[in-house]
Amino acid sequence: MADKPKPNDLLSEINYTPPSRKWMDTPVEWKKGYYCYGAKPKNLDYIGFPNGREWNVTEQDWKLVDNWKEIFLEGMENLLKKFRSFRLFMDICVRCGACADKCHFFIGTGDPKNMPVLRAELLRSIYRRYFTIAGKLGRIAGARDLTEDVFKELWYYFYQCTECRRCSVFCPYGIDTAEITMMGRELINLLGCCTDWISGPLANCYRTGNHLGLQPHTIKSNFEYMLDDLEEHTGVRVEPTFNRKGAEILFVTPSADFFAEPGVFTCMGYLLLFHQLGLDYTWSTYASEGGNFGFFTSNEMMKRLNSKIYAEAKRLGVKWILGGECGHMWRVLHQYMDTMNGPADFLEEPVSPFTGTKFENAKSTKMVHITEFTADLIRHGKLKLDPKRNDNHTVTFHDSCNTSRGMGIFEEPRYILNSVCNHFHEMPDNTIREQTFCCGSGSGLNAGEIEELRMLGGYPRANAVKYVKEKHGVNMLSCICAIDRAVLPPLIDYWVSDVGVCGVHELLGNALIMDGEKERENDLRGEPLPGMEDKGEEE
Amino acid sequence: MKISLLLSEKKHEIAKTWFDLIAGTYPQDTANFLKTQKNRFGNPVGYTISEGIDVILAELSGEMDVARVSRHLDNIIRIRAIQDFTPSQAVGFIFLLKQVIRKELADEIREHQLCDELLKIESHIDQLANVSFDMYMACREKMYKLRANELRNRTSRILKMSNMFKETDVEEKDPAGF
Repeated sequence: MADKPKPNDLLSEINYTPPSRKWMDTPVEWKKGYYCYGAKPKNLDYIGFPNGREWNVTEQDWKLVDNWKEIFLEGMENLLKKFRSFRLFMDICVRCGACADKCHFFIGTGDPKNMPVLRAELLRSIYRRYFTIAGKLGRIAGARDLTEDVFKELWYYFYQCTECRRCSVFCPYGIDTAEITMMGRELINLLGCCTDWISGPLANCYRTGNHLGLQPHTIKSNFEYMLDDLEEHTGVRVEPTFNRKGAEILFVTPSADFFAEPGVFTCMGYLLLFHQLGLDYTWSTYASEGGNFGFFTSNEMMKRLNSKIYAEAKRLGVKWILGGECGHMWRVLHQYMDTMNGPADFLEEPVSPFTGTKFENAKSTKMVHITEFTADLIRHGKLKLDPKRNDNHTVTFHDSCNTSRGMGIFEEPRYILNSVCNHFHEMPDNTIREQTFCCGSGSGLNAGEIEELRMLGGYPRANAVKYVKEKHGVNMLSCICAIDRAVLPPLIDYWVSDVGVCGVHELLGNALIMDGEKERENDLRGEPLPGMEDKGEEE
Repeated sequence: MKISLLLSEKKHEIAKTWFDLIAGTYPQDTANFLKTQKNRFGNPVGYTISEGIDVILAELSGEMDVARVSRHLDNIIRIRAIQDFTPSQAVGFIFLLKQVIRKELADEIREHQLCDELLKIESHIDQLANVSFDMYMACREKMYKLRANELRNRTSRILKMSNMFKETDVEEKDPAGF
């Protein structure tokens, strides 16, 4: 809250124009709701990350180690040597501004340092100063010294980027600003300055296999809850297996779908689908997390967490791997897993046991996206569907950044949606597919303490949802990402209201006609299906 | 000559000046973006402000449809309530309209002696500011509620399973007997 007003404040005319300053002269204003809490040392110690300590972002002294500057610059030198793309991205930007107004955080917050070009410039100025000859000229060459304040500025803005890559779509040079953020965060992690929200799940995932640290018996009993609900809704008792050796397929999905609403309803959709198919598959309590928070810290940590998936596939002796609806999980699997932990030569090229379709796009990784698998089943008429069961929903689809820009999944979810519901409307063209707007909470930014930042980052997305709600009466926002399912409900609640959020496989689960099912009265949430509203009252 | 008629005649100039002043509450680069990017999905903040002030101006010089004005005012306040503004900055853009009207209509007001009418319009603007503050508080309260709900929802199943969390049962008697 503001301090007591000074006399001049009261006497002067109302004028809210901020001072005009060059970006290097504009200090960071630490606004509550815009920054995460710092990592706790116990979590960093657990994963072997250096320089963990008790520290507080809001205090002047971050308790950095004495030689922090050397560590940072040495780390930067290593990354520049290791990743040619990083050096290229540091060198080639011509500041054309094509990316400037494409970032959802800039659009929402109005903070110029959230323009991708300027966010990258925060680090580029260090690169110029210490790694180029021209940089010796200092400010005139766009270079500046690395000081504690500069480091804090980097920290502040690299945790205001969701690595969504919308800006890179518009860059004529193809600069991937998300990778610059990734490099920036690697350097931040060398100094033990990870955020609490990322480091906690990271340690849990490394230790127990998933973000909340759910142990095998807890996972199993969570499933019992879902199975009881499913039996109540459908009359069919689904009996999944866990850690079963010799299964044909290992299924991996984000753990949030085991316990958090509305993700659990998507998980119920998977369970119904696999049961109806008679799929020979197993869940794993070891590789029980599709999400990979290592992706938000360092490439080495991402590799360590990701290795569990292939290791478990090998241990169980499955033929191939099927993956659930998730965003960044798929960017890791699709773009990095093969070279990080592959080749998975102990697995077979994925073939659908029901249609014979070879998933040639997954020839190398041996891991298939659930929407590819399901769309193929529908295309071959392998599922009996009653889309009328979703007639109470007027649906739109939010392309998750990682599955759309990261791997080009556009048609499959739409094909499923158009098969399982009768009312589907797209959001405007410049807010979907390659140009989709981020939910505002990806890359480890779904922390409770930065709710304001997330609401602003998600505003362009919510704005498009509001438009289709007013134009077409859309009341359900579907998506294929667990973070979306967690963060879109509050986002929509603030900006739009009265639009639900669901996974694509939740709607599929509603529409799927199961062998031996009773007359379905409820959807997977236990709400009456269209036309069944009075049924409960009659009974 | 009525001031409402003048407002209506000069609505484009007034709206533009007011919009520029509001855009000026953001850093310069951002202000340029808000003014130049015309796509409503590419620049939702600029579009919402622009659309909102057009409606507010039209209603100030017309029938004053409260529901319509409230809806558009709320759209703007909802953004500024969580952007990097103090509470007074978030809602104070309403008062900028007074500056704009006094400047844009100065000659006409003097010439036709419209001070009484000006005061009346300015009272309406004050009332808009009052309503804006209520909206601002509602937005802030909404944020706090969202934060609390989110914490609960994320782990609701686990808490239920471990009997640490129970849906409130209205039938249940208070064990203390109150």
